[in-house]
Amino acid sequence: MRLLKQQIDQKHGSGFARLLPEEPEDMWHAYNLIQPTDILTARAYRRVTNEYGSGSVSSTRVPVDLTILVESTDFDVASGQLHVSGKVAAENTVVKLGAYHTLDLELQRYFKLEKGDGWDSVALEMLREACDTERKAELWAVVMGEGIANICLITEHQTILRQRVEVAVPKKRKGGLDGHEKGMQKFFSTTLDTLLRYLDLSSSSTNTSANSDKDKTVPLLLASPGFVATAFLQYIKTTATNANNKPLLALLPSILVAHSSSPHLHSLTEVLSSPAIMSKLSDTKYARETALMDTFYTLLRKDDGRAWYGPREVEHAVDRGAVGRGGGVLLISNALFRAQSVEERKRWVALVDRVREDGGGEVRVLSSLHESGRRLEGLGGVAAILTFPIEDIEDGEEEGGQGGSGGGEGDGEMII
Amino acid sequence: MPSHHRAKNVAYDDDDVYSDEDYVEQEEDAHMTEEDKEQMRLGTIQVKEALGSTVTVSDKEIEESLWHYYYDVDKAVVYLKNKHTPKTAQPKKQKTTPVSRFDQAASAVSTSKQSITVSQPLPSIAYPLPYDSFSATDFWKDTPWLNVPLHRLGVITMEPKFPRGGLLGGSSSNPKPSKLAALAAARKKKQEEAKSVPPLTEADPNQKADSDSAVALLDKLRLNGKDKTTPTTPIPAPISMKQKPVERKFPIRTRSPSPPPAAKVSSNEKEATKQELSQAPIPIPDLRAIPSTFASTLCGIAPSPPKRQLLEDSFQLPYSTVPQFANTNPFAGPSPDDIVRNAQAKGKPVKKDANKTLTGDKLADSVSKMTVDDTKVKSKNLNVVEEFEKSNTKRMANFVVVGHVDHGKSTLMGRLLYDLKVISDRSIAKLRKEAETIGKSSFALAWVMDQTDEERSRGVTVDIATNYFETEKTRFTILDAPGHKDFIPNMIAGASQADFAVLVIDASTNSFESGLKGQTKEHALLVRSMGVQRLIIAVNKMDTIAWSEDRYNEITQQMAAFLTSASFSPKYLTFIPCAGLTGENVTKPLEMQQAPWYTGPTLLGALDTVSATLASHPLTKPLRITISDVFRGGIQNPVSITGRLDSGTCQVGDTLIAMPANETAVIKAIELEDQPVDWAVAGQISTLHLAGIDAVHLRPGDIVSHPSDPVKLASSFTAKILAFEHVLPMNVDVFRGRLSGEGKVQKLVAVLDKSTGEVVKKKVRIVKPGEVARVTVGLERVLPIEAGMRVILREGGLTVASGIVETVEKEGK
Repeated sequence: MRLLKQQIDQKHGSGFARLLPEEPEDMWHAYNLIQPTDILTARAYRRVTNEYGSGSVSSTRVPVDLTILVESTDFDVASGQLHVSGKVAAENTVVKLGAYHTLDLELQRYFKLEKGDGWDSVALEMLREACDTERKAELWAVVMGEGIANICLITEHQTILRQRVEVAVPKKRKGGLDGHEKGMQKFFSTTLDTLLRYLDLSSSSTNTSANSDKDKTVPLLLASPGFVATAFLQYIKTTATNANNKPLLALLPSILVAHSSSPHLHSLTEVLSSPAIMSKLSDTKYARETALMDTFYTLLRKDDGRAWYGPREVEHAVDRGAVGRGGGVLLISNALFRAQSVEERKRWVALVDRVREDGGGEVRVLSSLHESGRRLEGLGGVAAILTFPIEDIEDGEEEGGQGGSGGGEGDGEMII
Repeated sequence: MPSHHRAKNVAYDDDDVYSDEDYVEQEEDAHMTEEDKEQMRLGTIQVKEALGSTVTVSDKEIEESLWHYYYDVDKAVVYLKNKHTPKTAQPKKQKTTPVSRFDQAASAVSTSKQSITVSQPLPSIAYPLPYDSFSATDFWKDTPWLNVPLHRLGVITMEPKFPRGGLLGGSSSNPKPSKLAALAAARKKKQEEAKSVPPLTEADPNQKADSDSAVALLDKLRLNGKDKTTPTTPIPAPISMKQKPVERKFPIRTRSPSPPPAAKVSSNEKEATKQELSQAPIPIPDLRAIPSTFASTLCGIAPSPPKRQLLEDSFQLPYSTVPQFANTNPFAGPSPDDIVRNAQAKGKPVKKDANKTLTGDKLADSVSKMTVDDTKVKSKNLNVVEEFEKSNTKRMANFVVVGHVDHGKSTLMGRLLYDLKVISDRSIAKLRKEAETIGKSSFALAWVMDQTDEERSRGVTVDIATNYFETEKTRFTILDAPGHKDFIPNMIAGASQADFAVLVIDASTNSFESGLKGQTKEHALLVRSMGVQRLIIAVNKMDTIAWSEDRYNEITQQMAAFLTSASFSPKYLTFIPCAGLTGENVTKPLEMQQAPWYTGPTLLGALDTVSATLASHPLTKPLRITISDVFRGGIQNPVSITGRLDSGTCQVGDTLIAMPANETAVIKAIELEDQPVDWAVAGQISTLHLAGIDAVHLRPGDIVSHPSDPVKLASSFTAKILAFEHVLPMNVDVFRGRLSGEGKVQKLVAVLDKSTGEVVKKKVRIVKPGEVARVTVGLERVLPIEAGMRVILREGGLTVASGIVETVEKEGK
């Protein structure tokens, strides 16, 4: 995203920013930036109906710059399209004030955003991140098992499941081995065909066609339990050699094979936290977030009172100043900032600000479209690693159940 | 290529010719093939039945007529009836108003023949020849080898003076007309007949002998017969051998050249047959001619040595002279079809009752619907539960073999199968050789179970291998599970089909200990949490530690302590020391000098003992089959599934519904241990061949049930779980048999007391290992999960928890 113009008053956060989305990823940033009550101006096509004195009616599509007061946003992850709907807030020649319009933000077409209640710290942070011109890491990953493959694109801020391939592979059977081998071949060929369709090897880079200067091949990660990924790599090699597919041969060195414990997408977490992969991807946000979540889980398992999750618990901990300098980390999902209600959003922004300013702790906003963000969402969207243990965050209700657990072991007949 | 074509065509022609010759020769050699004889025998009996007591006809005549009509019983019956009920001319006229030309001709000929028979005494009637008088040996018995008396010498008929028509080749004296020629001749003849029916009847048969294209088979024969027999009447039997094929050949080889009349006749006859079947002796119109003059003449004119009459129409039934033959009438009882029909008729009311007890009337409805299904699989409507109880089959038991990787599960099972002679010496030798070539000779026995290339080259089991064996008391199904932690989903799939488990432990130093940290522990917990209570612990590789008693005791103590803590009941644990690679104490008991301290049973003995204590399966509950594999069962069975029946019963012809695809299918066939069966009951791992469904609708893990009581789909469920690891609100893989899906622990509802199930603590932040808790799990996609099912939650390669589903949230509709 390119920042074309910025007029933001740092003190009270009033002002606007004019932005130009360049990549599909930018739509995701725009989705996170644009909130209800914001004022958004963008080019739109509006159908205008003219009624003449004679009673005849003609309608034309008129391009017009519309300013709307945002009421809701709708983001389609797969296609990367953002639709923002709201009431027209500024007078113009074709549309009445207060009429509803849905703006479809498009690539290479600028928009102007003015925050309804000012640009807060989180919004500014987002804006900075969105306009980061640094080369963004991208990674294609295929998480696969026997007969199932999830082809996904991992970007800085998103994990987008592009395609799920499912091919029925007969299991090994007495006298039916042929079926298994054939099924696997069919599965591999289907997966490779699908993958190549998305990779688009003919053009130098993946779907970032706008930036033709990026000609670095995107790494491809194959992960599976067992030997499926290895076998698939072998299959790719054989296919590439047999067909003398030059682009595919060129891709081969950038293929990584990793181990995952399941063919499902959420085992990407595990893949990306494995040391071999980490060393190659350490600069990506994803890997950092994943590592952080793992740390959190480890602390939680230790149960030493230093890891807490859930809105109330975390707020309590922040109040006590436990998320402070020297290891205190607040993990928060960006889904919370997209909350429809302004109060809700303010609550989280306030929490972030408190951690940053009062305690001096670290704040990590995790993308809800990444696996790490999903894990966090499971925990209520917010979690904290504390600098010192707090034992009794819960308000002491229903204590003292510990005694019961001892009895079950001897009986032999458990309820499960 | 054209030359090639030509060559090919020539070859075809040659083939034709040769086949003709072959055929002819065959007839010359043995007058009838076995098939013919059998057909004749059956036909005779059928004709007799059809004729009933109203008409008395000799066997010989029946056979003769059958021969002429080429075993067409109906026609023969009609013919015989016509022959023996003289007053049928009028009904025929009434009935056959739309008489075809052919019929006209035929009837005309027949009337003319009748007049002949009147003038001469009917030989066949006047001469009911004894049944056993026509054997060739009898006939030739008084004939010396050489110096055959003159009157017994064959008469060689003259070759026709005109150039022979028809096809080249063939050993027959009378040329076989080419098909075209035959057709043309037939047409010509028909035209003639149509033009002049009366003249034909008076025409000299000799004229027509050459234009032998056949109006009807009978006509043909008759004319020929007349032709030959008239000059040589005194010497009846020894007709030139060369002639026989001519007469024989035609009834067999040529079809009636005028199909429309034939069809007409046959339809008439079908009606007649129906009437006969309903056993109403209705006089059949005389559509058929009387026996050939040839036959009549032969029989009538040469009565003196009846035993020498070797009529080409008569033949010896095989074994007919043996006295037992008469007694063994295969048609004495009801036919197999009748048995089935009766059984169905009986079965229907029974089924209705069964339905009420089983699944209500809906099943009956679905069954009745099923009959109009285009797949047309007939249900036998068995009461499967009764059938099962009646069948009194051997006990059946499925067991899963679990344990840490490389502890010798597959090898032990390979040894078991080899020692029980399920696997032949030859195939073992072959495997040994293959294993040696890649330098893994010790894997030979494991390769009995590990059959894919990948498994063999890597030396680990990847997927469940199924095999069967039986002892005197029980039929076992082995489910050999993979030990590697990556393939735990497959192991879960196997364990979910098992009645009990065999836990294989490597006794050698360090192996046991590493296993106890690894999959020995995990597998034991998994099989326990899937409801397996009985466990045989095979302490394997005892040979590597020289059958040390101390080591064995150490292992058993440690394992017993661990397993009881994992809530296995000590009384259901059996420890067996054995050595899979060398085969000690697998099927053969130990020799004394090896381990004098051990006196217990062999592994096989333990399997038998344990299988005797298994609980029965829920037969009367609704059908649930978890598909473990979908495959192409062959050309006949494009869609086949295997899976264990968790509950209920099914039978061939049942309609099933597969969830979550919500598609119905019909069971075409059921196989159990590679044997076709009519039904399957809970506990069995069956192969179902399905019809009326595409394979894309079936996936491993799907559940198949009857449409009357289908399994519901759940989008989330609440389960009582036993945690093996820390349980947080997190992403998990949900396993149920082959079924695996993505899910998410949404809410930790409460921690429960282990033995009473009471809520100990609400507002749970984390469930620690060993705790029992109630959690809500949301599913990414709807899965067929029901209350009472056992699920396993895994995350990041670890089994997090196992549990029983308490309530399910239905699909959001």
